[in-house]
Amino acid sequence: MIEIVSAERCIGCDRCVDICPTDVFDRGSGGVPVIARQADCQTCFLCEAWCPVDALFVAPERDPLPERLDEADVGGTLGSYREAIGWGHGRTPGARIAVGPPLRHEPGDRPGPPLV
Amino acid sequence: MTDAPLEIETDVLVAEGGPAGTWAALRAADAGADVVLVDKGWCGASGATAAAGTGVWYVEPDPDTREAAMASREALGGYLADRGWMARVLDETYAGMNEFAERGRYPFPVDDEGRQIRRGVQGPEYMRRMRMLVRRAGVRILDHSPLLELLTDADGAVVGAVGQRRQAGGDYRVRAGAVVLATGGCAFASGALGTHVDTGDGTLAAAEVGAHLSGMEFSNAYAIAPAHSSVTKTAYYSYASFYRADGTVLEGAGSTRGRSVIARTLLSEPVLARLDHAGPAEREAMRRGQPNFFLAFDRAGIDPFTDRFPITLLAEGTVRGTGGIALASTACDTDVPGLYAAGDTATREYICGGFTGGGSHNAAWALSSGSWAGCAAARYARTATDRHRVATGAGGAGLRPTGTGRLAAREVIREVQGQVLPYDLNYLRHGDRLWPALEKLHGLWREARDGLVDDDPWRAREAAAMTATARWMYTAALARDESRGMHKREDRPGLDPAWHQRLDVGGLDEPWTRTAALEVAA
Repeated sequence: MIEIVSAERCIGCDRCVDICPTDVFDRGSGGVPVIARQADCQTCFLCEAWCPVDALFVAPERDPLPERLDEADVGGTLGSYREAIGWGHGRTPGARIAVGPPLRHEPGDRPGPPLV
Repeated sequence: MTDAPLEIETDVLVAEGGPAGTWAALRAADAGADVVLVDKGWCGASGATAAAGTGVWYVEPDPDTREAAMASREALGGYLADRGWMARVLDETYAGMNEFAERGRYPFPVDDEGRQIRRGVQGPEYMRRMRMLVRRAGVRILDHSPLLELLTDADGAVVGAVGQRRQAGGDYRVRAGAVVLATGGCAFASGALGTHVDTGDGTLAAAEVGAHLSGMEFSNAYAIAPAHSSVTKTAYYSYASFYRADGTVLEGAGSTRGRSVIARTLLSEPVLARLDHAGPAEREAMRRGQPNFFLAFDRAGIDPFTDRFPITLLAEGTVRGTGGIALASTACDTDVPGLYAAGDTATREYICGGFTGGGSHNAAWALSSGSWAGCAAARYARTATDRHRVATGAGGAGLRPTGTGRLAAREVIREVQGQVLPYDLNYLRHGDRLWPALEKLHGLWREARDGLVDDDPWRAREAAAMTATARWMYTAALARDESRGMHKREDRPGLDPAWHQRLDVGGLDEPWTRTAALEVAA
């Protein structure tokens, strides 16, 4: 679930408020969006992909973490999903190289073509 | 709700902007229609496709290749699919993806001979480009605007819809010549990736104006995910071995046919997986193919290739099950004049039979049915004469209480989940367990009819729609007195030739079923 909006990185564009498909964020009075409805987060990571300055962190857990995460603990992870799908200026779109392995089948099946 | 509703008049209204909805909006706009697209979330990020990646049933138009493609799932689907529809979907998908490559400038990967590989798309990239195409075509998009109900005229034709504007405040009321429902399937907020918005809202709204459904017994798809995570990518688990907590191999477990072994074991003990059949090349390819698959591992400090990690099965209901609104023809028209259905909202039995449409088939279906619905809706809208004739909201449960509300929407959703998520109820089906579950769901429906306590109408409608969907599922599952496709009854093992037919289901307070012929005009 969404755990962190980095006030240090955020430029107040409110892109996350717009694109979150489950409307988790509210516009913050100080310009930095606030996580207003964390329970509605579906852990889809799309806010990370759309954030132009890598200010968001979605923990992989479907449920809220028992304790608030410290930004310092995940600093190296911020922006890693956006990078992996090749979004951002000067990057190769991940879609361009997205050729997965062939689907393995269970014994007796014919092997399939590579997953795309 | 003190604000006056936003009033809009248009030719075609499309509800939801996933793949099916965006293709519908694009085609309707291409045909010259004024189009409004309303999305419960944000068109471009909403739904199961945007969050993931998907294969597309894109098959070269070579007769032998096409024949093999059509034959591949026929047996798995219990021979309920239709070659005429399959051929049309293959044609439409091939043309549509080719067009998308040019018009959407999608950066498909290229093979060794420099040819683009158009058999799959990454969700975020696909859907952001579909949003761009739709906007460029002049479609007006209302984001964060869940549909609440359909509007009908005195003759029962659909003439628009009403919804809620979550961020802007107030309601909207759209008068339209035709409405395309592309609201997705229903996954009961199970946590499966990207499916929180897929709660069956459009299906309930369609049933309220008289549409019926088909194939709702094929509604028990479950996907493998790491136990802590939302990331469902069952295909990659074809590289996995499955273990018990003590490290011994779980015999018979597998990602496809052996999934029921996993379900049965999970009822009483944890199941672990390790992708130990993936060599270095496959590991690299997995990372390129589906980066989000690894978020769940990298961020939890798990190496899925060397560590055993606990897994779960997340319900995907009719998102990767195949049931939905029955169509009258490949125009994607329904029982109700002015109403069209596309994507996971519609039944995909025509191309999948009773087997999952997961991955490539559903993606092809979304593109094809969306395109057909958009064209047909634009055509129909031109015949609609008086846009100002009296229209009435058709919404019932969750919207217009008939008594005193007792339960909150969230409580109803939890109760419905209690009847549809457990493996021993929905996945491993048995009449003795389904009957009591259905009785409980009937009770919840009566609660939803009486009224739900919630400040947000859209949330109450979600609860009502999930309840309705669950009742159609189990009503159909109990009626189909055999095992076929994904619908496996422990008390009715094996195919019964007498059941080589489709099963319609419908009704609100009194759900009904009837058998239906396999042939539907292609």
